[in-house]
Amino acid sequence: MSKQPLLRLEGVSKRFAKRLDTAEKIVNLLGGDRREEVVHAVDRVSMEIADGEVVGLVGESGCGKSTLGRVVAGVHAASDGKVYWRGKDVSTLSGAERRDALLKIQMIFQDPMSSLNPRMRVRDIVGEAPRVHGLISAGEVDDYVDKMLLRVGLDPDFRMRYPHQFSGGQRQRIGIARALAVEPDFLVCDESIAALDVSIQAQVLNLFMDLREDLGLTYLFISHDLGVVEHLSDRVVIMYLGRVVEVAPTEELFAGPNHPYAQALLDEVPRIDTRKRVFQPIKGEIPSPINPPKGCHFHPRCPHAFARCREEAPALREIAPGRLSACHLNDG
Amino acid sequence: MSASDPLDTPTVTDTTAALPAKVDTPLRRFLSDYADSPLAVGAAAVLFLIILIAIFAPWISPQDPYDLATVSIFDARMPPGSYAMDGTPFLLGTDGAGRDLLSAIFYGLRISLSVGVASGIIAIIVGMSVGLAAAYAGGRTENLIMRVVDLQLSLPAVLIALILLAILGKGVDKIIIALVVAQWAYYARTVRASALVERRREYVEAAACLGLGHARIIFRHILPNCVAPLIVVGTVQTAHAIALEATLSFLGVGLPPTEPSLGLLIANGFDYMLSGKYWIAVFPGVALLITIVSINMVGDQLRDVLNPRLQK
Amino acid sequence: MSKSPVLEVEDLKTHFFTKAGVARAVDGVSFSLARGEVLGLVGESGSGKTVTGFSLMGLVDPPGRVVGGSIRLAGEELVGKSERDWRSLRGRKIAMIFQDPMMTLNPVLRVDTQMIEAIRAHEHVSEEAARERARAALARVGIPSPDERLVAYPHQFSGGMRQRVAIAIALLNEPEVIVADEPTTALDVTIQAQILYEVQKLCAETGLAMIWITHDLAVVGGLADRVAVMYAGRIVEEGPVGEVLDGPLHPYTRGLIGSVPSHNQRGRRLTQIPGMAPSLLALPPGCSFAARCPRADAACTQMPELVSASDRRGVRCHHPHRPDEPAYEGGSA
Repeated sequence: MSKQPLLRLEGVSKRFAKRLDTAEKIVNLLGGDRREEVVHAVDRVSMEIADGEVVGLVGESGCGKSTLGRVVAGVHAASDGKVYWRGKDVSTLSGAERRDALLKIQMIFQDPMSSLNPRMRVRDIVGEAPRVHGLISAGEVDDYVDKMLLRVGLDPDFRMRYPHQFSGGQRQRIGIARALAVEPDFLVCDESIAALDVSIQAQVLNLFMDLREDLGLTYLFISHDLGVVEHLSDRVVIMYLGRVVEVAPTEELFAGPNHPYAQALLDEVPRIDTRKRVFQPIKGEIPSPINPPKGCHFHPRCPHAFARCREEAPALREIAPGRLSACHLNDG
Repeated sequence: MSASDPLDTPTVTDTTAALPAKVDTPLRRFLSDYADSPLAVGAAAVLFLIILIAIFAPWISPQDPYDLATVSIFDARMPPGSYAMDGTPFLLGTDGAGRDLLSAIFYGLRISLSVGVASGIIAIIVGMSVGLAAAYAGGRTENLIMRVVDLQLSLPAVLIALILLAILGKGVDKIIIALVVAQWAYYARTVRASALVERRREYVEAAACLGLGHARIIFRHILPNCVAPLIVVGTVQTAHAIALEATLSFLGVGLPPTEPSLGLLIANGFDYMLSGKYWIAVFPGVALLITIVSINMVGDQLRDVLNPRLQK
Repeated sequence: MSKSPVLEVEDLKTHFFTKAGVARAVDGVSFSLARGEVLGLVGESGSGKTVTGFSLMGLVDPPGRVVGGSIRLAGEELVGKSERDWRSLRGRKIAMIFQDPMMTLNPVLRVDTQMIEAIRAHEHVSEEAARERARAALARVGIPSPDERLVAYPHQFSGGMRQRVAIAIALLNEPEVIVADEPTTALDVTIQAQILYEVQKLCAETGLAMIWITHDLAVVGGLADRVAVMYAGRIVEEGPVGEVLDGPLHPYTRGLIGSVPSHNQRGRRLTQIPGMAPSLLALPPGCSFAARCPRADAACTQMPELVSASDRRGVRCHHPHRPDEPAYEGGSA
């Protein structure tokens, strides 16, 4: 990659600690053994996203994909590591620069119910931020909101309505209009279509693709749905229990995944073009991120696991140009 | 695939919405939900009437019970339905000082309601600020505030008010202070609880993502969504405040005799109960009862209507 | 496979009498289910698929009511049964699995207590015998070390394991039919695959018939024998799963399939269905899909009947597609 990436993550970690409350401290004084629980939601993740690229971020519950998305969008601060936006470390920015970096990355949420403030009209939901940041004057709000609503395929006459008067798909469009209103370059979509009906999912996916073409947006598309990710993404990042296990261009990944977890995941996705198949599931459950297995997090479920996997966490290394995988099997 | 510009040809996908024609505001929805219970509508009507009486007491009372020129000691303790010497009827009888009881009740309502409402509003403002601060600050600040709230809630309200009034003395302003101190903690706890829930919602994350400031997020986004439970608690607590004030006045530590509330009227009449002059204490008591019951019924319906868990 | 049907549903109607009007959630649904068969009941929210499932279980609560039609389970008519009769039927002859397994499980009781109770509610067996059956049921749905898991509480299980326990409870009294309402929707892909694997094995081994209610065509494609597609309270298309998914006849089914991303469409716009489902309170006269349908014309103001398109397929449309039309418009412009 000769060009400077739009976004670069360097060893980003996010930990959530559940502190001991008073009762537990008393238990400890009396000889109990209560410890602070620390969840490594995201564990030293590095990646680059180029301008105009669509990167799919895939994983199952507890893999940290949503947390990573929130770190990227600036909702959570990283516990460790650095986030570079257009080559600049976001944490060192201040004032107007910082605000711009924040606004350029916007997020589309999962739940069309709770992601819109129920007490605000569409006009205020969409128009508030651009007005507060002085992108438009108070007199321009109505026209600007109309423009945003049209862009996402909604009737501008809906401007004065409240969120509860819309269907799930329409609400998701309002959320997209709200994000577009601050002229972002980068959208983090966190399971943005998971809560919608199938036919509505297609409408919203098409909207994302149109916006990419019209506005040159870059996406981090977080989803558990491999079919959707395959459809949309240029590159796919697969996470398992807070770590990235494989990164690959979409076509190469779906042609032949490298990491055993990626293989299992791809095998088990129900597909509309398979019939009466025999399901051959991988065994075991997804371990708790509070107490992940030692070594490679996937080793208890991995059919190829050997002694080294139980002791040493494999590093994410290049196995082919543009392809990364974190598995000891690749070492020969 | 044609590179369509969505501005020129809006991909009219969701515009065929089967939405109601009129703009259905939250207020309109609220009113229609509230009207589901005829009993609650009745209670609201009664409460509205009581409030009107309290506001317009000087104009609708047959007599100004505190104008010494119109009150005659010779009319004292007359039963309901008797007439004064100048022919004015005493619908509910008169009290020990010869005042028309109906008029005294009207004026008493005025005092009781204004003390209850004034203390309620101040307590809401205090409690809301403290609760929001606790929820937003988190950590040690939150812990400290909430321990104070717990301490406050563990003491009976009457006790707190009694101690305060013993220190402060009598007076409308003093009893309002006492009621505020006895009640702010309820509001603080309510607001904190709902603010904690709202804070984690995605629309708050979206607001942070949009670079909106803390103050704007707290007051424009979180607070409006905490109002519903606050209204519910506020209604019930106002009823409590009125009852508490009546109790304190009855005990003789509340309002001065120059500003008699319903509680004071009941206390005054209590002395005559044993001599069979029941009306002097009972009618103010009934007025107090109707007021409190109607407020509580309105509060109950508000809770049902505003509780998001009961809503579809 | 012309086995005798174990469940026959005819013209089932379940309506909800709400403040805002009558919602015809299920309006004339007919299908039959053979032993050992898995029927995928597919639809989007508001299509009536879940209400159909609840109607089969006699679990429709006011303001909803089954207002017409017939449900025959192994020849026995269920519509009009008293709540008492229903209680003896549910769990014994027909059982349900929910999206949330905690609908079945009581959080404060141990799993063995609940399972033994479920057996002894319908049969007079000793506690030991009931426990042995409970253990066997847990083992059958692939729960490792069933003896230890029997004495655990529901919160000690993961989501996937809880769903397995719920399935084991549904199996306890060897019902003829299981109604499964989106049981894997909330689960992760690898866990979903495990459950589908167990279910598939069960139906093949025991001759259990299953109605799998879902919005996910891909799951149905992998699991079911036949599929019925619902829209606005009616079945609009039904048939063997392969035939329906490869050559859908109804424009709605085609639209649904086109909405799902798949291999051969990568990066292209999906064929979306415009608009959204109509309100059940104000269904248009005639075909409910007409307003969103590219083929609709004047004829569609009349309600089309469900007609058989072949000996195994039915479609409710005035202008159905031909079965040999490919499901995807390949490379058109």
